[in-house]
Amino acid sequence: MHEMAIVQSVLDVAFREADNNSGTKIRKIKLRIGELSGVVRDSIEFAFSVLKADTAAEDAELEIETVKLKAECGTCGEAECAAWDLNLICAKCGGTLRITAGREMKVEYIDLD
Amino acid sequence: MHKISLETDIMDANEEFARENRDHFKAHNVAVVNFMSAPGAGKTSLLEKTIARMKDDLRIGVIEGDLMTTLDADRITALGVPAYQITTGSVCHLDARMIHNSLHNFDIEGLDLLIIENVGNLVCPAEFNLGEDLRVMVFSTVEGAEKPKKYPVMFHETDAVVLNKIDLIPYSGVSLEELERNVREVNPEVDIFPVSCTRGDGLDEWTQWFTERISALRGKAEAASV
Repeated sequence: MHEMAIVQSVLDVAFREADNNSGTKIRKIKLRIGELSGVVRDSIEFAFSVLKADTAAEDAELEIETVKLKAECGTCGEAECAAWDLNLICAKCGGTLRITAGREMKVEYIDLD
Repeated sequence: MHKISLETDIMDANEEFARENRDHFKAHNVAVVNFMSAPGAGKTSLLEKTIARMKDDLRIGVIEGDLMTTLDADRITALGVPAYQITTGSVCHLDARMIHNSLHNFDIEGLDLLIIENVGNLVCPAEFNLGEDLRVMVFSTVEGAEKPKKYPVMFHETDAVVLNKIDLIPYSGVSLEELERNVREVNPEVDIFPVSCTRGDGLDEWTQWFTERISALRGKAEAASV
């Protein structure tokens, strides 16, 4: 539901960088979104198609790379890819797993003309 | 065409406001707590019970977030505690900028504790740091034991989970044991408080924990400013 706000932030970053780099058209935006970031890919794509209209990004392509959830035990160091059935109690020693990837939301790069 | 490498965090704009909020709160030695839940879990009921027990010892203020109406702020004001209502219109969460703007209209000078009651929503509020010290999630047990696994982000991001409406467990068939296990799997170090706001079960344990955390937060801020 908050994807509109997220995508507006993405576009604000892209417009700012286009200004800073004397770009007139944004051709592509590449995002990395963790699978436990709380945003939905389809909603991001929909929000992007709505919000880019009549802006410097109106012809821009959006690429979204989904980052898999990863976690590591703070006690025994066991690293494992937590399954989607999120269980952060270490199967080996009962310690707490810390999430090391899969929570991020980043603009990796933009292509400008 | 040229490529600009960025690696910019999409939440940076929010984080910037959150940092300013946190500095402002620290400067006034106010502990700030963000209460989150789905609609109808009992956030306002829990706040009414909690504030009634704490208001003689602490100066408390509340910021209320709702899509529409001032009903919740009216319930808090009725306790003799100042409340400020943010009506978000259609926005499904509070963000740091909304809190920042509200601080122009709501004076936190002289407060010990600022409670922010977020918009009722089990998903979006968890993504937006407001500059708070502590996060508390309220969950209604009748919503089902599997919800922590289905909506993990908020359960993962909170410091405490208050499991409300345990008086309804005999009628709902929900297993409190299974619910607590699921909460713990998503957030192994979280503090869990089963309560009934209507019957009063568990409120002593919850209020004691909450009072101690607020006192520790304010003590730490005082020590840091000496």
